[in-house]
Amino acid sequence: MLRLDKVSAGYGRAQVLHDLSLEVTAGEIICLLGRNGAGKSTTMRAIMGHLPLMSGKIWLDDTELSALPPHNVPRAGVGYVPQGRRLFAELSVAQNLEIGLRARGNGPEVREDVLTLFPRLRERLGQKAQTLSGGEQQMLAMARALCLRPDVLLLDEPTEGLQPSMIAAIREVITGLRDTGVAVLLVEQRIDAVLDIANRVAFIENGKGGPIMSAEALRADRSAVERYVGV
Amino acid sequence: MELGPYLVLATLEGAITAAVLALTAVGLSLVFGVMRVVNIAHGEFFMLGAVLAWWIAQSVAGHPAIGFALALIFAPLLVGALAVAADMTILKRLNYDPERTIVATIGLLYIIQQLTLMGYGPDARPVEAPFNTRLAIPWFERGAEGWQMIWPWGLGTTTYKLAVIGAAAMILCAVWALMTRSRIGLVMRATQADREMALAFGIPVERVYALVFGFGAALAALAAVLIVPIQQAHYLMGGDPLLLSFIVVIIGGLGSLPGTVLAAVLIGLSDGIISVFFSPTLAKIIATLLVALVLVFRPQGLFGGRRT
Repeated sequence: MLRLDKVSAGYGRAQVLHDLSLEVTAGEIICLLGRNGAGKSTTMRAIMGHLPLMSGKIWLDDTELSALPPHNVPRAGVGYVPQGRRLFAELSVAQNLEIGLRARGNGPEVREDVLTLFPRLRERLGQKAQTLSGGEQQMLAMARALCLRPDVLLLDEPTEGLQPSMIAAIREVITGLRDTGVAVLLVEQRIDAVLDIANRVAFIENGKGGPIMSAEALRADRSAVERYVGV
Repeated sequence: MELGPYLVLATLEGAITAAVLALTAVGLSLVFGVMRVVNIAHGEFFMLGAVLAWWIAQSVAGHPAIGFALALIFAPLLVGALAVAADMTILKRLNYDPERTIVATIGLLYIIQQLTLMGYGPDARPVEAPFNTRLAIPWFERGAEGWQMIWPWGLGTTTYKLAVIGAAAMILCAVWALMTRSRIGLVMRATQADREMALAFGIPVERVYALVFGFGAALAALAAVLIVPIQQAHYLMGGDPLLLSFIVVIIGGLGSLPGTVLAAVLIGLSDGIISVFFSPTLAKIIATLLVALVLVFRPQGLFGGRRT
């Protein structure tokens, strides 16, 4: 289980997150919803150790992630698909996957599993990442993170800018991961893109945690969406 | 001597400059490419390589080849270790901030230079080449009886100079293989592409930085060991390699290894030829003008990609 315990973080002296607490359990998709600048991506970066915490702690089961150097966070089992994909553009598809595999010492069988999920990447293994289409790049970003065989997966707007068929494929992969026991923390702007796959929705406003509701409750009463996301 | 043989001689001298410059500049380019650190002290690592080569060579009795071989191994290792120590004690503390590391490496330049002056002295000292057989180069001339092979006076080189060109080419091939074919090369390229994502995939970026800084300095020291039997070791000898390396790295494209090597060949050959026919100062003026033109018309360099 991933647990954020009263986390405060920011950039330099500018505090973005204020005492944010959140729990993501194994086999659950929790969607972090909020307006632009609410602190969703900052939460992801704080979990990955890319931002120093001002206060609070972050735990993965019994491991305090916030006490680890940043490069040990993925080794502890946290996979990250950042906004905008941020692939190693000059490296080939195979080399991007290799980077993902080596983080936790995973072997070719993990790569095979991942390529089974994203068969289109198998045809592109020798191609540079920057030459892939937007959808293929998103697949590669997810595949690279899955090469870690993560216990927790952080997804920052994974469907941004993708065509509907690609969105459906990615949603299918995400729900499949949930069913294998992976804890998924998903950041999305568009509530309709995630409401039918998320178990719970956590709202965030101005870096502060809002209500956490089950997807069913939110489907029945969308007033929280209007308040925290403005749609 | 006529123009033709003279040009061959100048080209050979330029090829030696190009070979040594390529090695030195590749070190600088790697450090900038991976770490985004402009290492102003790079020339001093070159100088230290030459001074250590002299120290090792004169400490070992027997055939000069023994001392030279030991210098070839230990001088780059010692300089690399010093650079790693400088990275861990200075650059890491500055969080590899681009501006502050420039100032820090300027300080490092003066510290290394002045410590060398205090320990080694102001004299230029030679290192004996491990082998140095003179080779005459033939020339072909058309006379009354058709083409004839002649041996113009002064047209020649030495086995050692040819060996320097060959050794530099082999080392550059090894660096290229390291970067493109090895796991550590993959890690360096991933770190170069995106530091934060490298961290997100378990790459210990600070350790990679220390390794790259040490490796870049060791390459400069290796270049100096190769050249020191031709140019003597002196505590101020780091200035020219630094300037030329910057010129080469800017023309080739910051962080691009093929671009750096191509630019080193261009600048090295033109430096050799212009220095022989005109003056070394004119060669530097032309190289600097070339940098200005590249910065105006192709700021990313010949092979550099636009950074996003």
